Amino acid sequence: MTLDTILILVVLTNLRLLGASRIGASVRTVAVQGILLGLLALLAHHGEPSVSVWLVAVGGAVLKGVVFPWLLLRALRSADVEREVEPFVGPIASLLAGVAALGVSLWLAQRLPLPDGAHSSVLVAVALFSILVGLFLIVARKKAISQVLGFLVMENGIYTFGVALVRESPLLVELGVMLDVFVAVFVMGIALFHISREFDHIDTHELTTLKD
Amino acid sequence: MQATSLIQPVLALVLSPLMFGVINRTKAWFAGRRGPPVLQAYYDLSKLLRKGAVYSRTTTWVFRAGPIVGLAAVLVATVLVPLGGEPAPLAFTGDLILLACVLGLMRFFTVTAALDTGSSFEGMGASREVTFSALAEPALLLGLAAMARLTGSLSLSGMSTAMALETWRQAGPVLALVTAALMVVLLAENARLPVDDPNTHLELTMIHEVMALDHCGPDLAFILYGAALKLWVLAALLVGLMLPVRTGNAWLDIGAGLGAMFAVAVAVGVVESSMARLRLLRVPQLLVGAGALAALALILTLK
Repeated sequence: MTLDTILILVVLTNLRLLGASRIGASVRTVAVQGILLGLLALLAHHGEPSVSVWLVAVGGAVLKGVVFPWLLLRALRSADVEREVEPFVGPIASLLAGVAALGVSLWLAQRLPLPDGAHSSVLVAVALFSILVGLFLIVARKKAISQVLGFLVMENGIYTFGVALVRESPLLVELGVMLDVFVAVFVMGIALFHISREFDHIDTHELTTLKD
Repeated sequence: MQATSLIQPVLALVLSPLMFGVINRTKAWFAGRRGPPVLQAYYDLSKLLRKGAVYSRTTTWVFRAGPIVGLAAVLVATVLVPLGGEPAPLAFTGDLILLACVLGLMRFFTVTAALDTGSSFEGMGASREVTFSALAEPALLLGLAAMARLTGSLSLSGMSTAMALETWRQAGPVLALVTAALMVVLLAENARLPVDDPNTHLELTMIHEVMALDHCGPDLAFILYGAALKLWVLAALLVGLMLPVRTGNAWLDIGAGLGAMFAVAVAVGVVESSMARLRLLRVPQLLVGAGALAALALILTLK
C-alpha cells in the first residue's frame, strides 16, 4: 500500500517533468523523485533493513535529492541560461505520450513476471516508465540541461528496476553506480558551462550545424 | 426510490446559490475584506426575476431558448447525482454518460445562444468554452470510468453506495487521483480560477461571463441559477463519490455530505485567493494534466 503510493508519486513526478515548462521546476521535480526512490529502496526490503540498505538508500536520496539539484542549479546560474524548457514536442503532446508510455510499460510489465513475485506488481512498470520518460526527455528537449535531467530520470528507472529484481544488491555495486552517476552529472555540469561560454546558449539543436 | 433520496435535489434547489456566498466569503476573508452578504446570490436572483427582458432584433428563438434549456438540463443533472450514500432519485446503469451528456447539452445551448447574438465578442467566449470543455470532458469520463471499474458499478448511485472507508484503505491512491482530476474538472467547468476569473469583465480573459453579456432580466437569472446548480452538481458528484461517511443513518450521512459540499466551496475560495489565473495557452495543459491523472487512475484499476 505505502509502496504503491510511493510508486504512484514517482509516476506523477515523471508526468510533471513531461508537462513542465520551467527548467528550475524540472530540476526540483527530479530532486523529489530522487528522495522518493530513497524511500522506495527502504520500503522494498522485507523486514528490518540492514546497514548497507540504509547506506544506499540515504546516500542515494542525499545525492539525487540534494547534491545533483544543487550542482545543476549552480551550473544553470553560472551558464546564465533562460528558464524556459524549449521542447521539440510541446507539453500537451508530451503528457499524452507519457500516458501512452505508461500504458505500454504496464502491458510490458505484465509480460515480464518477476522470479519471486514478492514485490508490488507496479514496480517493474514504473521502472520501465521512468526509463521511457528519460529517453523521451533526452530526445524531445532542446537544452543540454534537460538532457542531463532525462539521463537522471533514466538512471532512476534502472535503479527502480534494480530494487525490483534484486533482494539486496551488493553494497559495492550500488556505491559504484552512484559514483558513476555523480561523476557524469559533475562532468555534464562543467560541459554545460563550457558550451554556454563558447556559444552563448546550451541549445543542442544548434550544435548539429557545427563544423570543425 | 426512497423518500430520503429526494433530499439532495431539494437541497440543491434551495442551497445552491449559497455556494457562491461561501466562496465569496472565503475570498473576502483571505483579502481581509468584509465581503458581500452570504445570501447575495439570492438577492441578485430575486432582483433579476422582477426585471423585464430586452431582446435584440438580430437574435432568434435560439437566443431565448439558451437560458431555459440550460436551466432545464442542469435540473435533470441534479436528480442524477447522489449525496451522502443515498441513491439519487434517478439511477440506472450508465447514468454517468447521461450526466456528461446533460452538462454537454447545457453548454451547447449556452454557446449557440452566445453565437446567435452575432457579436464577435461572444463568439470568442463560446470558442474558448468549447475548446476547454472538450479537454475537461475526457478527464471527467476517464475519472468516472476508473470509479466504475473500482466499484464494479456503472451507475453513480451504485458507486456512491459502494464507497466506504475500506475502499480508501485499499485503493487510496486511485481515489486520490480521481479526486484531483474531478476537482480540476469542477474548477474548469464552473469557470472558476485557474481557468477563468469570475471577477473580471475584461474581454481578453473572460470565458463564461462573456457568453452571458447580452442576456438580461429573468434570462440572466436563469443563467446565474443554472451556474449555481452546475457548481452544486459537480461538487455533489465529487462528495458523493469520494466521501466515505456511511453511518447508516440517512440524516447524519446527508449532513456530513452537506458539510463536505461547503468544504468544497471553501476549497474553491482558497484556490481563488491563492492562485492567479493561468495564461490561456496554459489552460489546456492543466486540463490534459487532469486527464492524465484520471487515465493513470484508470490504468491502475485495470492492472
